[in-house]
Amino acid sequence: MNKKQCTAATKMIEILQNQGVECLFGLPGGSAIPMYDALAQSTMKLVLTRHEQGATHMADGYARSTGKPGVVLVTSGPGATNTLTGIMTAMMDSVPMVVLCGQQLTMNLGLDTFQEADVSGMSYPIVKHSFLVKDPEELPSVINQAFHIASTGRPGPVIVDIPKNVSSALIPEDTSGEFSLPGYNPLKEVNQDDVKKAATMISVAQRPILMVGHGAVISGAVKEVQAIVEKMQIPVVNTLLGKGCFPESHDLNLGMPGMHGTAYANMALCECDLIVSIGSRWDDRIAGNPDEFLPQAKKIHIDIDPVEINKAVQVDCSVIGDAREILNSLYAYLNKGNTQRWVKQIKRLKREYPLKYKKEGKLRAQHVIEEMSKLTKGEAIVTSDVGQHQMWAAQFFKTEKSRHFLTSGGAGTMGYGFPAAIGAQIGNPGKTVVAIVGDGGFQMTLPELSTVVNEKLPLKILIINNNYLGMVRQWQHMFYENRLSGVDLEGNPDFVKLAAAYGIKGFRVKRSADVRKVLNAALAYSDGPCIIDAEVEQHDNVFPMVPSGATLDKMLLSMPRNKKLEKPTGGT
Amino acid sequence: MSEQTKHNISLYVENKPGVTIRISLVFARRGYNIESFVGSRSQDPRYSRINIEATGDSKTLQLMLEQLNRLVDVIHAREYSDEDVIQKELALIKVHCNSETRTEILQIADAFKCRSEDISDTTMTFQVTGNTSKIEAVRKMLDKFGILEVVRTGKVLIARGEEETSW
Ligand SMILES: Cc1ncc(C[n+]2csc(CCOP(=O)(O)OP(=O)(O)O)c2C)c(N)n1
Ligand SMILES: [Mg+2]
Repeated sequence: MNKKQCTAATKMIEILQNQGVECLFGLPGGSAIPMYDALAQSTMKLVLTRHEQGATHMADGYARSTGKPGVVLVTSGPGATNTLTGIMTAMMDSVPMVVLCGQQLTMNLGLDTFQEADVSGMSYPIVKHSFLVKDPEELPSVINQAFHIASTGRPGPVIVDIPKNVSSALIPEDTSGEFSLPGYNPLKEVNQDDVKKAATMISVAQRPILMVGHGAVISGAVKEVQAIVEKMQIPVVNTLLGKGCFPESHDLNLGMPGMHGTAYANMALCECDLIVSIGSRWDDRIAGNPDEFLPQAKKIHIDIDPVEINKAVQVDCSVIGDAREILNSLYAYLNKGNTQRWVKQIKRLKREYPLKYKKEGKLRAQHVIEEMSKLTKGEAIVTSDVGQHQMWAAQFFKTEKSRHFLTSGGAGTMGYGFPAAIGAQIGNPGKTVVAIVGDGGFQMTLPELSTVVNEKLPLKILIINNNYLGMVRQWQHMFYENRLSGVDLEGNPDFVKLAAAYGIKGFRVKRSADVRKVLNAALAYSDGPCIIDAEVEQHDNVFPMVPSGATLDKMLLSMPRNKKLEKPTGGT
Repeated sequence: MSEQTKHNISLYVENKPGVTIRISLVFARRGYNIESFVGSRSQDPRYSRINIEATGDSKTLQLMLEQLNRLVDVIHAREYSDEDVIQKELALIKVHCNSETRTEILQIADAFKCRSEDISDTTMTFQVTGNTSKIEAVRKMLDKFGILEVVRTGKVLIARGEEETSW
């Protein structure tokens, strides 16, 4: 009897649906046509993007906001190379993503044939794993492997490179999708001795601090963190990617530490006798100079990835495994210590060194962002781009819920914020989604305005428009005697008119007095996407600032007068 | 710069295309220089064994081993020392000779159980097997006659006794 057959591409779409994939982000081309053909004949949704980088950031925003892998479908050669920035961005921040790339015919590989690119070769250092599929009957298994690898353990992006003759080949409909991955064991049993050691250290600490990072968010450890904080009365700092894991309005929350962290977070870190990192990798934005990071404090590191232990900062105790599971067992071993004096001190620091800016005079970015935060009451999902506005968003947008603040941390990819918001809105149709972007970064991926219109998404795009590549201008101002080089964004479009060209509603705010009124109007606007062009003070700088490579006690609260600043020693 | 030392690393990996690139990238990114690299299919054809000798700073080694173990295609990556295992390599040494030196060279070769592979009016070529220090010793002894070429395989290893090779 003849077995029933279908194309490998058709089978692939079926497997994606079995994996729970709701939609694909991408743009077709020659070698991807068989897959797009199979897609057209299925019930799977496609979000057609205007550039493949946009597709990857959308998949990323979808993944970060929902916890489910984002899926990208692109063509070979330039289609695939356009995804690399988005893949690197996802890799740096441990975001689950599956990127399906069309590829030249298998017999043409390595011959510089039309639109052939060695996608595997170009991407090895920026993927969690990758596959080049040569046997069509292996495609179902490979797709399942890709999802398994992308979404388990420490999540990350996986590329599947699929030659056109593979995707269009006929395979038996019942081709098995089973697999075994003997080299991949992401879930190791938690060592209870390590947990007990950590529990003892926490129980006896006088001035402990928890630092929650993206790992805590990814593992879904919200309740577990809360339980430990409440039981032990330990103050919490959250990293840029850990925002929302513990409510920022909570008395014991100190916000973000590090280069542009809150003064009270950095001061508290300088005073603490124990810091417990829960899924944070002591990034150099926080540690400054890792060799001199908080010498007075003992350090505990909870992480799912053994590579991170002692990589940047030497720790006194490490526990490897899923953060949520570890915190669960940790809770049972903890003995309530006495942190009363410490908590008092923390509250005093918060009172004495609040984040501040002037509301009078020229419109300030901080004002716009803080007002947006107040008006959305912790309910909105916020994405940010990269630059000054990102740091102000981290400081002034109070994030109350996990997976509600999405930003490119590890990679610092300009152009991330807007497409990531599209992905987040698609994954969370009922939610208010706000993209806070700079005038520079927004222009890197703004062709996706067509995509928002096409998808009729009620997205709010808040442009913090300072007419500068502000963050770089700030460095040149502070450390290079204000010799501005390549940072003036003369030639920017009129963003409201630009919006109009796409049929998108535009708002503009120039005066402090109008902030609330305009933002309220934008939030109330329900007939599709809108842009808010906030023309803010051009020469404002982000403070506090710890110069890169320096220790936290070198924090500047404002620009020192009459004092030349040394060039920072850190990498960037 | 911290101290540069030689390390022996053995890997048990999936026998698949691209595996060696992924492994080499881990070394290259941390500035490790690979001195020797031996790889071949293992008894179970789905897997390969790779032995790498590499020079770099010791502090990085632990991190690199973890990074190697993190690779999906790597079953395990470990550092080993000569005491842990039976470890051999093979070298072919071509040495200059003439009628006066030939006998002395043969005596040395004999003492080290070298096999003579080729002989000409002006050269002799030997095969030497053994651990690294033995090969170094032969080389040193033959040096004064004028070594023309040395080609080495790099190290292979196997566990002692009934133990299964887990390096
Ligand atoms: C793709 C990319 N190119 C360059 C940079 C370096 N960079 C970091 S912040 C920044 C300025 C961003 O300007 P804008 O988007 O206007 O934001 P602002 O700092 O003014 O708020 C630049 C150029 C980057 N992070 N990403
Ligand atoms: Mg700007």
